[in-house]
Amino acid sequence: MGKEKLSFKQVHDSSSAKTTLCWFFLVVTCIKVLLFPSYRSTDFEVHRNWLALTHSLPLSQWYFDETSPWTLDYPPFFAYFERFLSVFAHIVDPQIVHLKEGLNYSSDKVVYFQRVTVILSDLSLLYGVYRLTRKLDSRKQKLVWTLVIWSPMLLIVDHVHFQYNGFLIGILLISLSFLEEGMDLLGGFVFAVLLCFKHLFAVAAPVYFVYLLRHYCWGGIVRGFSRLLIMGSLVVAVFASAFGPFFHLGQIQQVIQRLFPFGRGLCHAYWAPNFWVFYIMLDKGLAFILRKIGFNIQAPAASFTAGLVGDSSPFSVLPRITPSVTFIMVLLALSPCLFKAWKNPRPQMITRWISYAYTCGFLFGWHVHEKASLHFVIPLAFVAAQTPEDAKHYFLLSIVSCYSLFPLLFEAQEYPIKVLLLLLHFILMWSGFSAQFSDKAETRATTAHTTKKGDQFGSKGSLSADVKNNGFAIGLIESVYLAGLVVVEIWGQFLHPLLFGDKLAFLPLMLISVYCALGIMYSWIWQLRSIVKSH
Amino acid sequence: MANKTKKNTTTTTYDDNNNTWHWILQKGTPTTFTTIALFAILIRFLVSLYPYSGFKTPPKFGDFEAQRHWMEITINLPIREWYRNGTNNDLSYWGLDYPPLTAYQSWIHGVFLRFFHPPSVSLFTSRGHESYLGKQLMRWTVISSDALIFFPAVLYFIIIHYNQPSRSRKTDLAWHITLLLLNPCLILIDHGHFQYNCISLGFTVAAVAAILSGKDLVGSVLYCLALNHKQMSLYFAPAFFSHLLGKCLRREHPVLEVSKLGFVVLGTFAAVWWPYLYSTQSFLEVIARLAPFERGIFEDYVANFWCATSILIKWKRLFATGPLKLLSFSLTIISCFPSMVQQIKSPSNKGFLYGLLNSSLAFYLFSFQVHEKSILLPLLPATMLAMEEPFIFRWFMQFAMFSMFPLMCRDGLIAPYFALFVLFILVLNTPDQNKIKENNYFYSYLGSTTRRLILFFSLILHIVYLTMQPPKKYPFLFEAIIMNLCFSQFVIVTLGCNIKQWMLNKNVKLDEIEKKLI
Repeated sequence: MGKEKLSFKQVHDSSSAKTTLCWFFLVVTCIKVLLFPSYRSTDFEVHRNWLALTHSLPLSQWYFDETSPWTLDYPPFFAYFERFLSVFAHIVDPQIVHLKEGLNYSSDKVVYFQRVTVILSDLSLLYGVYRLTRKLDSRKQKLVWTLVIWSPMLLIVDHVHFQYNGFLIGILLISLSFLEEGMDLLGGFVFAVLLCFKHLFAVAAPVYFVYLLRHYCWGGIVRGFSRLLIMGSLVVAVFASAFGPFFHLGQIQQVIQRLFPFGRGLCHAYWAPNFWVFYIMLDKGLAFILRKIGFNIQAPAASFTAGLVGDSSPFSVLPRITPSVTFIMVLLALSPCLFKAWKNPRPQMITRWISYAYTCGFLFGWHVHEKASLHFVIPLAFVAAQTPEDAKHYFLLSIVSCYSLFPLLFEAQEYPIKVLLLLLHFILMWSGFSAQFSDKAETRATTAHTTKKGDQFGSKGSLSADVKNNGFAIGLIESVYLAGLVVVEIWGQFLHPLLFGDKLAFLPLMLISVYCALGIMYSWIWQLRSIVKSH
Repeated sequence: MANKTKKNTTTTTYDDNNNTWHWILQKGTPTTFTTIALFAILIRFLVSLYPYSGFKTPPKFGDFEAQRHWMEITINLPIREWYRNGTNNDLSYWGLDYPPLTAYQSWIHGVFLRFFHPPSVSLFTSRGHESYLGKQLMRWTVISSDALIFFPAVLYFIIIHYNQPSRSRKTDLAWHITLLLLNPCLILIDHGHFQYNCISLGFTVAAVAAILSGKDLVGSVLYCLALNHKQMSLYFAPAFFSHLLGKCLRREHPVLEVSKLGFVVLGTFAAVWWPYLYSTQSFLEVIARLAPFERGIFEDYVANFWCATSILIKWKRLFATGPLKLLSFSLTIISCFPSMVQQIKSPSNKGFLYGLLNSSLAFYLFSFQVHEKSILLPLLPATMLAMEEPFIFRWFMQFAMFSMFPLMCRDGLIAPYFALFVLFILVLNTPDQNKIKENNYFYSYLGSTTRRLILFFSLILHIVYLTMQPPKKYPFLFEAIIMNLCFSQFVIVTLGCNIKQWMLNKNVKLDEIEKKLI
């Protein structure tokens, strides 16, 4: 009787998992629809312009057009994607795809159309999540879905600020799921496709390369070389289909120039919370102290965000940072992970390694956007439910990186929305993780108890210690750090305007950057440690 | 009997621990309530991103301007002039026509607005004021009233309602909170269209909870507050009256109990109306503002008896206002009479909730000057009964939403209308939500094919209304069809609920017999 029930239940579970996943997705879709009229950044006009230029210009002029300041600077697949969307845009309202008359067009039609395209393109995220979680047990599944599908960061960046990150990260997740299932060829193929959509994902390419080389191609000279050849030709085919037309037109140099605008500065307009924030602060501090002592330190002529103007350095004391320095730093930071991937290429570790690679890229990269934290926060969610330590780390990381996105939405209208999104995320994550781990502890305790019932000498002390180790709780330092976020926010929103008025307006933003950078650095060190320690 | 045993086994296989929502529920009611409340507030903020009624439509604008104008009047004029036509107060331009508690609430919110953005409430110059900050502040006043009055009231109701030992399931509790807080109609009207129904409905919920827990006096005070915020709360009066009367009659000193209640009610009213009680004239002035009979028996398109039958019988042309008043009054009383009698005869907690539903439905269908927004009033008790009557609740909510669809289109709230509708259906179909066996004869009476046909028809009507132009000869053809469809469903719901309320007596008798047998 009991067995029968169980099997019935299992069948029921597997069939309802898809429905439940769709339910999660539909609920958040309602929220996305409700977000239609909210604030949208210039990225909205960027994408509208891309729709227009891919629709009304021939392929040969895509990467040359300068009608709008928002020139096309994504790889060809994304341009093809925009071309595909522009077909529908033209049906909805021809003005959307008009190169000149469509400039800064902001009727309800264009807003609704573009917002709907983001929602629909999120289906790739849905598929990626489905593929990555279908082997998990039902409770973990729901936890991961809550973290990823209901991610407040994706809502803020994609559905308010306006971008297509859900779509792109979805492709990354699909690639990861293939790798985890051992289908390396497909995984590599999908990753190559992803790179042709957005080249910023290339930070993880070294990890992919090492992993695929060792896990897919290694073993015997003939087998190895033939596999290398297959993989290589597949990747080349993907790149050829993307860049081929432009190569044929002899525009490849122009495309590359558009894709890698090193003319931009070390930091984005609002400093992403990464390593360079500390570097800049150190420089400022040193300059200040040296000036006090009596050295003649000149204020730098260039700024960090404007880029390499002439030969002047934006730093007063410390050596200047060039793109190649950041490149070497990223590779250095990656090296332990590459070493591990070389030594023991395990499919179970690939998600962690890829996330780690994006963390390195975020921390040490050139001209990093704060939005890039999505690239590692979302994949990490899939391993967050494995151990209490993972959960603890993810809890902190996702709150900090979500908070670091707050300056993106600076208007009064969205203020309560972003705060509520973060609060909800916090409370769901807290209840989810505690349920996950306290229960595990309970069951373990009860099994321990039943085994110990046999021999009467089982000590109760070890039992309670066991329970304590497995529960979900964050430490004192972490709690204080998270409470500090509230202080930073209150300072920036209320105390600063009250005390200084409009003066030193950059100070609250800088404070957020520095404070969040601490949290991200912590996460980087934690990930590095866990990767080095893993066997 | 076979059905009953089946139901029991299905509920036991779903134990609370293996539920999808176990992890939200395991921390207890406070956490569950906080999570759902945060989500509900988020939804309210999202809906308030959309335009309000009368957005950029001079010269009269809409309800948003009315509420803002009341704030302007109340903070700039002395209290005695609020309801009086004068040089400073032009009653023909959105004059106050709600009871004093609304005026006081407007005053508080007006002070709030004046603190942050004085031009939005300055006398005369602020007419038709529309600004980014002004909109935000106004939206904040509604959301804060909702969070401060409606949400605690719901929590109170849930605690009282689920205190009885038979309902200890955590999932049901969470589900019920969600339904009460995520009522799509209420959110759309208050935070989209712009009104303060959350205050009067919140007081009503609290009053119901108080009466369910046996605190009749507190309940009466709370209900009087609801009445004094919106006279539409009168829709519930027959139920409150009959239930309390029925209870009093069963006590030791009925006369004393009734006079105690009467005294409390009069006292509350006197306190609220105090500034206008200095002369009969000023009192009558306010009363005259509250009963706008000159506006006709119905406005726009409402899914009630008068509007639905006006296709065949032109009530407005055939009768003067006087006879119509009498007619509608008597019809209303007749239609809520059975439920009143039931409650006086055998007052019970469950019967009280049914009574609320039946009397408010009677008022909605037959009373004078009903708005499409008034459907919120019967929806409230229907939501409170959602666990007992899942089907009626679902059916009723769907058509209540539909009956507001033309209004939502006018206000530019189509996207939130569909988003909230879908969200509501998703909440109803939450995975792992153990389905309560439908035990309503109304459910089986309609039959699954008929139900699907009706739903399909309403879906088609949505699309037609959005995409097609009505024929020139009948510019309101689609509205009329929608209203008649909704009206027919509301009549079915009314009949079903009235019969259910009377069936309660039977069940009690059966229970007694069973007990005796045991």
